[in-house]
Amino acid sequence: MRDLASILPLRVENLAFEAEGKALLGPVSFKLPKGGITAIIGPNGAGKSLLLRLCHGLIAPASGRAEWATEGGLLAGRKGHAMVFQRPVMLRRSARANLQHAVSVAGAGRRVAEALQRFGLEPLAERPARLLSGGEQQRLALARAWLLAPEVLFLDEPSSQLDPGATRQIEAILLGLASEGVTLLMTTHDLGQARRLARRVLFLHRGQLVEDAEAHAFFAAPRTEEARAFVAGDLLW
Amino acid sequence: MDITAAFSEALQLILGADAKFLQIVGLSLRVTLTAVLLAALIGLPLGAWLAISRFSGRALVIVFVNGLMGLPPVVAGLVVFLLLSRAGPLGSWGLLFTPTAMVIAQTVLVLPIVIALTRGTIEELWREYREHLASLGVNGWRAVPTLLWDGRFALATGLLAGFGRASAEVGAVLIVGGNIANYTRTMTTTIALETSKGDLPLALGLGIVLMALTLLINALAFGASRIGQRFAG
Amino acid sequence: MLDRRVTLGIAGALLLVAPALAQTQPNRFITVSSTTSTTDSGLFTHLLPIFQVKTGIEVRVVSQGTGQALDTGRRGDADVVFVHARAQEVKFVEDGFGVERKAVMYNDFVLIGPKADPAGIKGGKDIVAALKAVQAKGSLFISRGDKSGTHAAELNLWKAAEIDIEKAKGPWYREIGQGMGAALNMASAQDGYVLADRATWLNFRNRGDLDILVEGDRRLFNQYGVILVNPAKHPHVKQADGQAFIDWLVSPDGQKAIADYKIGGQSLFFPNATQPGA
Repeated sequence: MRDLASILPLRVENLAFEAEGKALLGPVSFKLPKGGITAIIGPNGAGKSLLLRLCHGLIAPASGRAEWATEGGLLAGRKGHAMVFQRPVMLRRSARANLQHAVSVAGAGRRVAEALQRFGLEPLAERPARLLSGGEQQRLALARAWLLAPEVLFLDEPSSQLDPGATRQIEAILLGLASEGVTLLMTTHDLGQARRLARRVLFLHRGQLVEDAEAHAFFAAPRTEEARAFVAGDLLW
Repeated sequence: MDITAAFSEALQLILGADAKFLQIVGLSLRVTLTAVLLAALIGLPLGAWLAISRFSGRALVIVFVNGLMGLPPVVAGLVVFLLLSRAGPLGSWGLLFTPTAMVIAQTVLVLPIVIALTRGTIEELWREYREHLASLGVNGWRAVPTLLWDGRFALATGLLAGFGRASAEVGAVLIVGGNIANYTRTMTTTIALETSKGDLPLALGLGIVLMALTLLINALAFGASRIGQRFAG
Repeated sequence: MLDRRVTLGIAGALLLVAPALAQTQPNRFITVSSTTSTTDSGLFTHLLPIFQVKTGIEVRVVSQGTGQALDTGRRGDADVVFVHARAQEVKFVEDGFGVERKAVMYNDFVLIGPKADPAGIKGGKDIVAALKAVQAKGSLFISRGDKSGTHAAELNLWKAAEIDIEKAKGPWYREIGQGMGAALNMASAQDGYVLADRATWLNFRNRGDLDILVEGDRRLFNQYGVILVNPAKHPHVKQADGQAFIDWLVSPDGQKAIADYKIGGQSLFFPNATQPGA
């Protein structure tokens, strides 16, 4: 039975994107139901980030559509989905002011103080955000997205710039969010991370969705030649 | 009159807070600050709009505005003079030879600086912030307040540069203000007049104040960019 | 939603700007375009407060060369012109830009030069002979060259000396296109001769080696006139207040105030409103 108050499932149908006449993605079709962590994996240039941006509505597709269950993906007047970028944009303000800004422009579902506490940012609240370390910035970006109480969270390579310690911290946060019912769709080039976090894997190659499988099944026995080579660590072109 | 005597008389004018002296300094500051504020109110939004909008001819507009940054003050003065003269299109306003006319002329001088600097600063920020703001549902015009605030240190430096240019210029205020005693006589026009009268102490005293002002502006600009760097990371 | 700090900033800026724009104008003022000599000499600083106390009318003086001052009147940017070049004043009225010219006062020109006096003219009473000597010796002469009353007077004197200055000018004759004070400054710096009005000279402080070399010639007489800009041409002209200023200048009160302006015990201007033909 469909949850009437939910923007999910997200139906992606024949979604394609091109730039300067060159097809970069698609057509791609899949369905994103409520719950769990889905990892989009694939070699560089496979179109992983493009797919996230198309789903989030940052760019318009050349054809096809990404359709939310409720019109425009709006949940009670809010967008219902948020995104954390590979290199999070830190406004030239304090960490606290970065959170307050999101609240004031997007209309928050949660309180700034709560976000600071939950993401361990209280001691850093008054520091200029751009002077924080990579891991701290990523936590701040997650806190900023969490403030909006999103039902779906898009994450583009959430730990690609981080050292192992910070990566573990971020992964713990992501698992925590998923356990609270947030649906996560994330790209990662780190197969170990996909194994650790994901319940489902979308394998993209040259703009095509080559495999869409349960994570354990995918890693145990990829169905396609490309996926096998990728999982084995061969370079794919 | 020798320079040492002129210098000591000038110091007396400054330290003794001579009424006529203060009046001239006060008028100069009032005119220039008002002009800079007006230029900021017009130029910040306009520069931000120019930064985030795309239309044909935009490059031409940018080149034109950048070029106007070098507008000679006397030319700005002349244009405003021709507009405000009783024989000109806005003559009925009766503004020629008033402080308001000087404010208008200096606003014309400062405006291109503010617009050009804002455009550059905001365009750079916009490139960086665009996706994040779009993700928050903030597009186009609605992004401007965020961008202006985050560009505040660079923009403050731009406004200070505008203030420096306006407070140091003599050509425009002399033409449209008429250098009327106790009414439209500013530091720079007084220096020009008193030097021609051979009254060097007053000219020198005002010159010292102007120099101090320039130093102060530069110190503020330096401070603003230092604080700005802290936030820019 | 606007960023609150930006909104506050804009509101604050508007609050700051508003009073400066809406500054209270005094109820009554007139604009007078006059010459650099009347301003540089300090005469207006002496006269205007007396007039303002008596009538409550503030007089704003824009000081320019006589030619420019008359242009300002022609365009209607002044209510009254107060200048010294009789022929041009008469033409100004004839062309319909002014209502009526009234004589107010005179002062005189003096020939200033370095004490070393390379042209050897010191102490003479004949301005024409002195100018001839300056030209013959090729001594440095600073000309205003700005179409001012003083410039016009200088050109008339060359004519009286039967020297065609357009032809005779050379490196010795410098036209600077600036006011009286600037011309004196340059003469002082370069040991040149210069024709100056006595009032500006007496009020000039950066004299260096300069001194009066020739004075007292009738041809050095410098008459000032005052004219109300024609309200028929420029309806916004403040006829009543402008006329009040003119009437006061030529009244016994105003004439006495002019005579009372002295520097170092010397009168700078001599009232002669009642003198026929002035």
